[in-house]
Amino acid sequence: MIDTSRFPATNAIGDFIRATLPGPAAELTNIVLAVLAILTVVGLTPVALIWMERKVAAHFQARLGPMRVGYHGLLQPLADGIKLIFKEVMKPEGADTFVFFLAPILSATASFMVLTVIPFDHHLQVTDLAGGVLYVIAVAGLGIMGVLLAGWSSNNKYSLLGAMRSGAQMISYEISLALLMLLIVLLSGTASLREIVFSQAGTVLDWWIFKFPLFGLVAFVLFLISSTAELNRAPFDMAEAESELTGGFTTEYSGISFAMFFLAEFVNMFMAASLTTTFFLGGFLAPQFGLAPLDRVLDAIPGFLWFFLKSYSVIFIYMWFRWTFPRPRVDQLMNLEWKVLVPANFFLLLVAGLFVAMGLV
Amino acid sequence: MASYTIIGFAIFLGALFVGGGIIASMLLAFRTPHSSNKVQAYECAEDPVGDARIRFKVSYYLFALLFLIFDIESLFLFPCVKIFRTVATQATALSPAFLLGELSVFILILFTGLIYVWKKGVLRWE
Repeated sequence: MIDTSRFPATNAIGDFIRATLPGPAAELTNIVLAVLAILTVVGLTPVALIWMERKVAAHFQARLGPMRVGYHGLLQPLADGIKLIFKEVMKPEGADTFVFFLAPILSATASFMVLTVIPFDHHLQVTDLAGGVLYVIAVAGLGIMGVLLAGWSSNNKYSLLGAMRSGAQMISYEISLALLMLLIVLLSGTASLREIVFSQAGTVLDWWIFKFPLFGLVAFVLFLISSTAELNRAPFDMAEAESELTGGFTTEYSGISFAMFFLAEFVNMFMAASLTTTFFLGGFLAPQFGLAPLDRVLDAIPGFLWFFLKSYSVIFIYMWFRWTFPRPRVDQLMNLEWKVLVPANFFLLLVAGLFVAMGLV
Repeated sequence: MASYTIIGFAIFLGALFVGGGIIASMLLAFRTPHSSNKVQAYECAEDPVGDARIRFKVSYYLFALLFLIFDIESLFLFPCVKIFRTVATQATALSPAFLLGELSVFILILFTGLIYVWKKGVLRWE
């Protein structure tokens, strides 16, 4: 185990509040501050990601993308958001009012529940659950509820079919995600996300992507594939294949409730990328190469910057996927999950068990 | 327990954030007069045919069942997987070989189930 005293779990702001306020009040203030910090991340992530999505897409197609609103279109997402707030929220005839408005709230709320356990840095985490991985698996299922409710309540055939498709797709790929998370639990011997990061301390070769020789890389690729499908992102965006289902489950949504689905989608993307970072890429730990001067320089950079750099690199890979691969058919997607990924994950789990039992990793 | 209270609080604030956004939009949004065309379900500008509570493929239901089975069974692996490294690195009553055998047997049963479902044609999508 590594020396965790270098990485205290508390930070200066929290300690200052604990020193100035009496016990329970200090704890309450700290919790409020932590949750507000997460909400800030939730609020700003879609803004950054919408801009990034449009810019990356544009440059892949040799265009410039948004250029006029702000420097290189930086204020474009804000303009979009303001536009959506001022748009009328419409409810189609025959829609189930309560469920119709509950669905976007559920989706958006579920999307950032996972962020409460993500360690952004060694002292930046809302709460560290001992069973963090189980919590992640459980909460990831809630987003599917939002999608299914949205599709069912809209009273629109495209919505219904889109929701059923994305529901089937998300629950299927959830299994490989759960199995890959179990793989990481097996390798690191802990289910707390913070300790999973610490289990990768050392050089770059100690990250789970490399430490578990070759199979780690396979697991990383499988995790990327499964999370892309779980996010309903291209090339696995059968749910909103525009030529078949117009908008999928969001067909009837407009204005702010559509924006909430959009927010959920982008926060989920960030969440998946941050889970990939935590599980495979050493989380907030600085990359170390075993070269003393370079390592000291890299280590001096704060952990949350490394965390965001790694996460956004993974997000870039998701965007790269989108402009590289053609969209498969629904049956191919299901075959990929049930006939390739699930058996492959079982195999990986057994190999990992063998490696750990023999003391190889 | 305290950490779960924090999560409950986070959910509450999160729902407030989202609900607040929706309420703000309802207060601020422009409205156009109500008309029957406006609230019509979208069917590529055609008049909608019937209700949207239509019949759809039963495969979706089968996949939901499969998900329930496999997700729960993979969570049953959790305790075994969690203690694996402890058993492998520290002296405990269990031996790593026993645990590995247990893991293999469980995964083999799961895999047999998958093969059964596969051969029964549940995974076929027409």
